[in-house]
Amino acid sequence: MKSAVLVFPGINRERDMARTLRLISGQEPAMVWHADTALPAGTDLVVIPGGFSYGDYLRCGAIAARAPIMNAVREHAARGGLVLGVCNGFQILCETGLLPGVLMRNAALKFICKDVYLRVERSDTPFTCGYNAGQVIRVPVAHGEGNYVADAATVAALEAGGRVAYRYCAPDGALDPAWNVNGAINSIAGILNERGNVLGLMPHPENHVESSIGPTDGRGLFAGLVQHFAKAA
Amino acid sequence: MPESGLASMKARVTVTLKSGVLDPQGKAIEGALKSLGVSGVASVRQGKVFDIEVEGADRARAEAALKDAAEKLLANTVIENYRIEVVG
Repeated sequence: MKSAVLVFPGINRERDMARTLRLISGQEPAMVWHADTALPAGTDLVVIPGGFSYGDYLRCGAIAARAPIMNAVREHAARGGLVLGVCNGFQILCETGLLPGVLMRNAALKFICKDVYLRVERSDTPFTCGYNAGQVIRVPVAHGEGNYVADAATVAALEAGGRVAYRYCAPDGALDPAWNVNGAINSIAGILNERGNVLGLMPHPENHVESSIGPTDGRGLFAGLVQHFAKAA
Repeated sequence: MPESGLASMKARVTVTLKSGVLDPQGKAIEGALKSLGVSGVASVRQGKVFDIEVEGADRARAEAALKDAAEKLLANTVIENYRIEVVG
């Protein structure tokens, strides 16, 4: 799996992401600067990491979404290439229009930095095939604007199309407002585009991959991606 | 008026949340105003104001450029409305 991690000014999770990609895929990811206009040839997976691109000025992800490299990312997605946006990466994907909706200020107004439980809604996508459908995983969140919002028609289309890949849940997998940390509509933590090749996810699976620092529930997402490309080859 | 290379117009783009979009920041400000004892505040919605200087003196062209700016960057039209005023 040949991956490329985008780097914008103000992004701060790119090295965590690169470390995880290296650890799980066994291949060194390319670090791609925002002002570049092309992705490395043969890129399978583009990853937009978390952080605070451009200091979250204007709106989270708004300025990064208009960076030169994003045209190449749009073309990559249009060719069916995979794109994963985590946290600020999810916000950037919404701002580019590659994913619908928007991530608003957390309902309780506070920045949230803690472990959450996610229910994996389906296992038949490249971004979830490392898990079983219905499986509950524990991964961290660290965001102030993760409250997913979209109009009723968009939410209905996401649900009808099985495009909600991950939801915030209780440890037993039940949907419960008390465990929906940021107030996201329908407890949405991660969504797919219509074609299923772009995933935006607020939590950080890349931070739970090594037993020396805690749980390893995040490995499945990356192991699944590696497995997806191994099968395709 | 003679053509001047330095002519410019002042404009303002106001971005507001569409009705129905939850605005937790506005709600917090509303609560703070009430706790300060400011009377008669029914509700608060927070928005953004951009004061922009536009080159040239062609009002229609300025409005077109500002619309472009608002659509492409200043507003996220999924959740926000915008209003353009060229003050002159």
